[in-house]
Amino acid sequence: MKGKRLLLGDEAIALGALHAGLSGVYAYPGTPSTEITEYIQGDALARERGVRSRWCTNEKTAMEAALGMSYAGKRALVCMKHVGMNVCADAFVNAGITGVKGGLVVVAADDPSMHSSQNEQDSRFYGKFALIPILEPSDQQECYDMMADAFRLSEEVRLPVLVRMVTRLAHSRAAVEVGEPLPQNGLAPDSERGRWVLLPGNAKRQYAALIAKQPELLQRSVDSSHNVLEHRGSALGVIACGIAYNYVREALPQEVSILKVSQYPLPESLVRELAGASQEILVVEDGQPFAEEQVRGLLGPEYPVSGRLDGRLPRTGELNPDNVAVALGEPAGAVHAPAHSLAPRPPQLCQGCGHRDVYTALNQVLADYPTARVFGDIGCYTLGALPPFRAIDSCVDMGASITMAKGAADAGVHPAVAVIGDSTFTHSGMTSLLDAVNDNAAITVILSDNLTTAMTGGQDSAGTHKFEAICLALGVEREHLHVVVPLPKNMEEITRIIREETEYLGVSVIIPQRECMQTLARKNRQKKAAQ
Amino acid sequence: MKTDIKLAGVGGQGILSIATVIGQAATAAGLHLKQAEVHGMSQRGGDVQSDLRLSTDPIHSDLIPQGGADMILSMEPMEALRYLPYLGPEGTVVTSSKPFVNIPDYPNEIALQEELDALPRMTKMDIDAVAKDLMAPRSANMVLLGMAARHLAILSPDDLRAAIRTVFGRKGEKVVEDNLKAFDAGYEGL
Repeated sequence: MKGKRLLLGDEAIALGALHAGLSGVYAYPGTPSTEITEYIQGDALARERGVRSRWCTNEKTAMEAALGMSYAGKRALVCMKHVGMNVCADAFVNAGITGVKGGLVVVAADDPSMHSSQNEQDSRFYGKFALIPILEPSDQQECYDMMADAFRLSEEVRLPVLVRMVTRLAHSRAAVEVGEPLPQNGLAPDSERGRWVLLPGNAKRQYAALIAKQPELLQRSVDSSHNVLEHRGSALGVIACGIAYNYVREALPQEVSILKVSQYPLPESLVRELAGASQEILVVEDGQPFAEEQVRGLLGPEYPVSGRLDGRLPRTGELNPDNVAVALGEPAGAVHAPAHSLAPRPPQLCQGCGHRDVYTALNQVLADYPTARVFGDIGCYTLGALPPFRAIDSCVDMGASITMAKGAADAGVHPAVAVIGDSTFTHSGMTSLLDAVNDNAAITVILSDNLTTAMTGGQDSAGTHKFEAICLALGVEREHLHVVVPLPKNMEEITRIIREETEYLGVSVIIPQRECMQTLARKNRQKKAAQ
Repeated sequence: MKTDIKLAGVGGQGILSIATVIGQAATAAGLHLKQAEVHGMSQRGGDVQSDLRLSTDPIHSDLIPQGGADMILSMEPMEALRYLPYLGPEGTVVTSSKPFVNIPDYPNEIALQEELDALPRMTKMDIDAVAKDLMAPRSANMVLLGMAARHLAILSPDDLRAAIRTVFGRKGEKVVEDNLKAFDAGYEGL
């Protein structure tokens, strides 16, 4: 068991959690967090210990299931991409009010620079909002080591602990020294109903107790081995949060005083100590100016503080060794100018992908309806916004296609078409469809089913083989529910159905159903290898 | 000693296998290693890149600074040019010479090859043709790794050959032999 292993940051999180005695991981796939759950699903120890690891329908169901496991006394992990925090926020914030029994760790993987996301929101704000401790590893070894600390901390302070990751750490590999696995917790359901039944009387008491815990959480941050003040007697003092520490060290080895912050609440006394020993403070953090705003408040308007808010570091986008070096006055910079013979190469739908046939058919029909609007959703099929299709008019959040189409139809847009994938539909589209059915909205929903969660690499999709039943149960009329196979040879049938249903002034659902090319190819390879 | 490699290509060309082999060799040689990969949306036929950093000393940043790469190693010529601002003053470009055209506005090929040829330290080869000649069409990426091995002081060719055996071992002896053959062809510049 012991020894060095080459692991992605995500994999180090996974193994750290397993070795901390994990009993269940609950997650919905989302870049850059997906590999955490996938690692646990493939791990021999996890199998031997019966660690629950089936994908959840969305981040909220994941958070609630994990809270239930914690209630029962066992250690549970929840993983998601940053925007998943919005989906599970209700359960997440209230888990701070109830508190936990078994250790409960929530990993949010932020995506500064939006490599695969719609925004670059910083999950640390959620941790502060819920008044719980946050850990922010700076490298792969800390990813592994901090998981045991996170579970221990969670049980000691009886609160969920948020672990904040960023893309560059989640998807970067390094050697990690791993230790021996701890035993799992036994079954020990909580029986303090006053904590768990959040009627106003109990909730007020629990909230007051959470507030009363804050000085202890702050003291733990100050004492934490994850927050280290490195005095080097420089005029500039740098506060480096999480992965930012690496970029600072890359640019300025051994020359500057650094407060390395990897545990929150922000260790205020250490910030004051650094400020007292320096003439100015630079806050370097990936994502939004979370620590910087607090440092500015702490040190007052007279003390010079810089960072993302005053433009010394870019206000948007991820940190990198170049923009951090510039902020530190140590620009290295390019020696070769950018090349001339360059063109962007955006991602595109795979050749042979069923979504292609869906957009071909849709574009063909809607060419006759200049007032039509197509509301898209989150998944591979969002690439239908790019040439050659340019087929969708919006993509906002999971499930928004159906409900935005309904609202637009309510306002008078016709035809109003929603395009949503199978996994996104079960994640957040079913309630939207129920709204549309109940109000008899004049919308056409294209539920493009490729039998998997394709965008994130082909994870199981929660509703596979159940979509007709779900739509009928939600009240979609049988004669306005169609399943088609999106292939060029069926184009005539598909365009005819789309045309008829856009003319119908109620809810219709068309389900183009064909397996993802990537998962199909993978299955064929596995079959061939097995022979 | 440290070596920073910017790996480039198009989603699906197998740059992560190159990274895995170098990573395995570096680990076996007791070197420090960081390898930042691209997952998710960028993989669907779009440009992909990976930062690979090897060093005898601990490595801080997962990403290579601009002007810092000792090598750009690319499965595709335009993708090699994309990362020129990252190439260091003494850096080498090792690339496939054959364009992968999956976009409508791919640049003029003659101008592109001229721009590559004008670089002070550059070596290119039609790795797909070499791999095809060897009856190992899926091993073009190992031809490229063989070409790179000429310029990688931090790892020996034998370190890399051993890593190929380890990484591809579970896929059977035929796959290992194909990849070794491809690696040697690239190394010898055949």
